Amino acid sequence: MKAVWVIVRKEWREVFRNRMVFFTVAFLPLLFTALPIAILAATRNSVSTGDFSTLDLPEGYQALCGGLTGAACAQYALVSQFMILFMMIPLIIPVTIASYSIVGEKITRTLEPLLATPVSTLQLLGGKALAAVLPAVAAAWGGFAVFAVGARLVAIGPEVLARLVDPLWLMAIFVLGPLLSLASVAAAVMVSSRSTDPRAAEQVAMVVIVPLLGLFFGQIAGLFVLNAQLIAWMAGVLAVVDVGLMAFAVSLFQRETILTRWR
Amino acid sequence: MIQTENLTRRFGDVLAVDRLTLSVTPGEIFGFLGPNGAGKTTTIRMLAGLIAPTSGTATVAGCRLGRDDSTLRRRIGVLTETPGLYDGLSAESNLAFFAQLYGVADAASAVGQYLRWLGLWDRRAEPAGTFSKGMRQKLAIARALLHEPQVLFLDEPTSGLDPEAAHLVRDFIAELRREGRTIFLCTHNLDEADRLCDRIGVFRQRLLALDSPAALRRQLFGRTVVVHLRALAPEHAEAAGRLPFVREVRQVDGKLLVSLEDPEAHNPDLIRALVGAGADVQFVGELRQSLEDVYLRLVGGAAPGTAAEAGRPR
Repeated sequence: MKAVWVIVRKEWREVFRNRMVFFTVAFLPLLFTALPIAILAATRNSVSTGDFSTLDLPEGYQALCGGLTGAACAQYALVSQFMILFMMIPLIIPVTIASYSIVGEKITRTLEPLLATPVSTLQLLGGKALAAVLPAVAAAWGGFAVFAVGARLVAIGPEVLARLVDPLWLMAIFVLGPLLSLASVAAAVMVSSRSTDPRAAEQVAMVVIVPLLGLFFGQIAGLFVLNAQLIAWMAGVLAVVDVGLMAFAVSLFQRETILTRWR
Repeated sequence: MIQTENLTRRFGDVLAVDRLTLSVTPGEIFGFLGPNGAGKTTTIRMLAGLIAPTSGTATVAGCRLGRDDSTLRRRIGVLTETPGLYDGLSAESNLAFFAQLYGVADAASAVGQYLRWLGLWDRRAEPAGTFSKGMRQKLAIARALLHEPQVLFLDEPTSGLDPEAAHLVRDFIAELRREGRTIFLCTHNLDEADRLCDRIGVFRQRLLALDSPAALRRQLFGRTVVVHLRALAPEHAEAAGRLPFVREVRQVDGKLLVSLEDPEAHNPDLIRALVGAGADVQFVGELRQSLEDVYLRLVGGAAPGTAAEAGRPR
């Protein structure tokens, strides 16, 4: 485990020198946290003072709101639109870090000396994966905490704030987030193995965000409402997908494969 | 220290290394020579446990390939073809990172020791990306040595370096020899191999020759005596050619080149025969074939202007 942390620390020292990586890791969570707070602030009067009934909201919210009043449910419905933003953070950041880290090592030809050390390929991949996942998950969780406090201060009532720590949100942020990060690291490894340009690798690997964008727009369009059951299903499916993706990434990240097949 | 038995590696239909069998003894500097694409880097990668052989076996530093490659990698050091340094990290951070991965007990002390030894201590905090090629190469060699490996694989250590930097690296390799390290040296620099290596293997997919540079010269060219005459005439060559111990006589640029087994024993008879044929002998010396001549003959071609070219019958 010590070797893994040695790699993680080196990765952070190396990749965060890159302005593009630093900008993505620092700016994206700020944007995705500030944006919903700003929207809530801008719409707080209409939502908190409006004469809402839960019947005015999409069908799913009636069940989701439970005992909330119409105005509180409207606030919750608005807040819920942003949940997916906090799932995008752990998806986007690892792609950026892992792409620059792996393709960067290919460009500077530092992978072979690294592979010549006694470190196992699993430790190497684990170090690189953790270096990408930890900042992403920390940024998502930190962003969510700031959002909850900010939303409470500028818009939502205490009963809506309490809903932000219910199983739906906790699963979305604390379970689905890390699972999405793993999927994104695996995607970055797969794409990086075939790329010699970190920006190109990053852009191609960003394909992993498409399903989540589908959810985002689907929810905004009222096609469905994210509830605890749906999130639990997503987590289950994603866990299985992650196992497959990581197994494939591990098979790509063997010394033999890197030295003889990576281009 | 290194023993291989029919070590073979294929990439699809391409045969990169064909039944390599050799043995390198402890403390030896072994030169591995061959043209580009000959399979030298593939051989190093196999011996370093980075890629698996298609067939054959090898034992390096007491570890059988494929059995415990992690221990093997702990016992060897590898200088790859390119230095492969983290340009954004300082020289000290680069070495510290690898020292930790190799599990060096007192990493900071080992890093400091090598930085001082290589004259990089004053620039330890500067990013490796700002270093000259020679400094980068020295840093890469230090990285390969940090964990005190028993065997060191050096792939083109002076490639692309200016003469001064190359000289520094060669001195460093000579210093390592004095420490008794076993070194497997891949190089295109034949003069470097001649000066540093105890034995050389000439390789092109398979081992073409294996011996000390001097022994290879003798095997391929015998020993040749150059006789400078005031005026060379055909009867002088004929007189030398009649001697039973003479293998070959050539006339090149007004000089007589005589190949024989044992110049120390036969030179007096040769000179007597030439004087008897009316020759005025001015100087007698031995023609030293370069390792380049040996190499070019083995890998299949001689470049114009070499001793091999000059020695061709006209």
